Amino acid sequence: MAAVATCGGDAGSAGSAVATASKSNVTSFQRRGPRASGTNDSGPRLVSITGTRPSVRNGQLLVSTGLPALDQLLGGGLAVGTVLLIEEDKYNIYSSLLFKYFLAEGIVNGHTLLVASANEDPANILQELPAPLLDDNCKKEFDEDVYNRKTPESNIKMKIAWRYQLLPKMEQIGPVSSSRFGHYYDASKRIPQELIEASKWHGFFLPEKIPSTLKVEPCSLTHGYIKLLQFIQNIIYEEGFDGSNPQKKQKNILRIGIQNLGSPLWGDDICCTENGDSSHSLTKFLYVLRGLLRTSLSVCIITMPTHLIQNKAVIAHITNLSDIVVGLESFIGSERETNPLYKDYHGLIHIRQIPRLNNLVCDESDVKDLGFKLKRKLFTIEWVQDNYLRQERNIYPPGFSYLLKQKDSAWGEGSLQHSTFLMSFLAKATAFASRLVRHSEPLKQTGSGRICQAAGPRLWHDGRRQEAPGLLGIPP
Amino acid sequence: MFPELNNLLNTTPDRAEQGKLTLLCDAKTDGSFLVHHFLSFYLKANCKVCFVALIQSFSHYNIVGQKLGVNLTMARERGQLVFLEGLKSAVDVFFQPQEKPHPLQFLREANAGNLKPLFEFVREALKPVGSGEAGWTYPVLLVDDLSVLLSLGLGAVAVLDFIHYCRATVCWELKGNVVVLVHDSGDVEDEENDILLNGLSHQSHLILRAEGLATGFCRDVHGQLRILWRRPSQSTSQRDQSLTYQYKIQDRSVSFFAKGMSPAVL
Repeated sequence: MAAVATCGGDAGSAGSAVATASKSNVTSFQRRGPRASGTNDSGPRLVSITGTRPSVRNGQLLVSTGLPALDQLLGGGLAVGTVLLIEEDKYNIYSSLLFKYFLAEGIVNGHTLLVASANEDPANILQELPAPLLDDNCKKEFDEDVYNRKTPESNIKMKIAWRYQLLPKMEQIGPVSSSRFGHYYDASKRIPQELIEASKWHGFFLPEKIPSTLKVEPCSLTHGYIKLLQFIQNIIYEEGFDGSNPQKKQKNILRIGIQNLGSPLWGDDICCTENGDSSHSLTKFLYVLRGLLRTSLSVCIITMPTHLIQNKAVIAHITNLSDIVVGLESFIGSERETNPLYKDYHGLIHIRQIPRLNNLVCDESDVKDLGFKLKRKLFTIEWVQDNYLRQERNIYPPGFSYLLKQKDSAWGEGSLQHSTFLMSFLAKATAFASRLVRHSEPLKQTGSGRICQAAGPRLWHDGRRQEAPGLLGIPP
Repeated sequence: MFPELNNLLNTTPDRAEQGKLTLLCDAKTDGSFLVHHFLSFYLKANCKVCFVALIQSFSHYNIVGQKLGVNLTMARERGQLVFLEGLKSAVDVFFQPQEKPHPLQFLREANAGNLKPLFEFVREALKPVGSGEAGWTYPVLLVDDLSVLLSLGLGAVAVLDFIHYCRATVCWELKGNVVVLVHDSGDVEDEENDILLNGLSHQSHLILRAEGLATGFCRDVHGQLRILWRRPSQSTSQRDQSLTYQYKIQDRSVSFFAKGMSPAVL
């Protein structure tokens, strides 16, 4: 997919600017970067674009999402030509923040922006972008932050599950002083006006677009989506991001940001009814968008209110048609906000899907329980301490709940009576400790009644947490 | 082509069976490594391959194919591989009106269309050219993947009809093979997908099902592969043979081992 070289190959025309593959048998698998270009083939030197870097795995071109912590989780960055889908949190606070980080990163790197929204004027969105942190200022703040942050939990040995001590902790990345990839932003300050004026951007504000006579016959896409696709395709062609325009050859990345896609403001009823008229409008849009992105030097972020989509099968389709899917779950308004277990975090972040591009494997991170916090103007992502989530999910180490069941049956069954006694003692201690955790409905009591029968292990389905009685009564 | 998978399936490129429908399905994990395996397998077996790639671009398969030892660009140039790049064609068909029916014509239709133009494309691609052809052994149709067609508005019945026509032409008439990939949505209520999956399961001769582990993500074992041999035309009194292996995907190959026998655990 290494988008740059493939545009030259696939378009068949006289090559795009960046990978002017003059030789017809130049393989599209080329390492980006000045060091590799001159060595083995006498082809033209590849010009590196600001704000991009090659992936260490296969030389694919990556851009930063604006959050270095998220870049690390995604395997180095966002691959050019792909779609990053953000499943919005309930009040669209943190997802719009991620959206703004992405656009701000584009401005700082000098990329062209295309901002599409149905509810907010793109000019206003750009005014609200966070200010980039300069290197010397933020290094001071980082040192303070590391000093003040108490991590006593990391030193306490975990008593229940010793194996989990060996799992890695999330590394805190400090600011890299001379980095051209991934910047830090101050969410409390606005971006300087001169940076916006120096940048090149295109806005698509749906209410402003005059409905024109459609040149295409109605094909079940919502009107707004058709116009947006035409707009994007126009920009890509006019400014030469796909290398097919003979006049314009572009050496830059187009960053597309689409806000609240799928909401009723776009004319789509997918969030309102389960089987509406335009139930496949959004998926067709995503498909054609994917086709446009794969053949151009662009990258796209989409925020989507998937928690409003009624038909769950559609979410599975949308996930398959997107490349990277990140879900945000904020604690605002939920009972976890006052839960002392989560006092350090503002929400959870779920990396639901990472693509395998040009590769059989992908860079999946080992840690799956990630929380985020917006602290001291910086957005950080950390591994939520494992034992708290375990307690919530009511999952016990293997063998533990089995022994609890033995306890509840009549004495004399099974040969594990002695160890059962010891285990029941430990079980009592845990049951006592988890008294704070309310069960949504009381489970049937068997046996002596001194220990409530614990729920069996709840397994993951689709990477989402399934409702467990230990959860504090949050409806899915 | 993964040599270990060939051993498990008891085939080699030289003596593969003909006239078979192979169903690849994945649940809670990514089963695309199976598509890469079969693509390189049939190219090495000197077959004429028609690949309908709806979800990724040509260079993606090309780069992975090079790791597996086949060159898709060369195969396309000499006519062994007919590649329909769904993403690029979708952009063409969406933005420009087409004179003649395009394989992905259903994208422009408001109601649930049918896949007749796509079938015509496949038939045209795989029909045996007269004498003077460079002697390909047998034709193969590879589709990645059918669930995309469902998400683009087609009904399960339309997709099943398409596969039926393809099977009649490719498997029965031309004595070739058909390999398709379908995603299994698992516990998400997707009726159309379930209809499609069940319908294809009953028609196929070989089912390869890649599943994620029930206990979640593991770094050393990426999933579990269930292989099921079937004989759809004969009576079901004979038991279908089924095997289960766990696998780990590496950079250039996939290693298979019996359940619980991962080298990391032993």
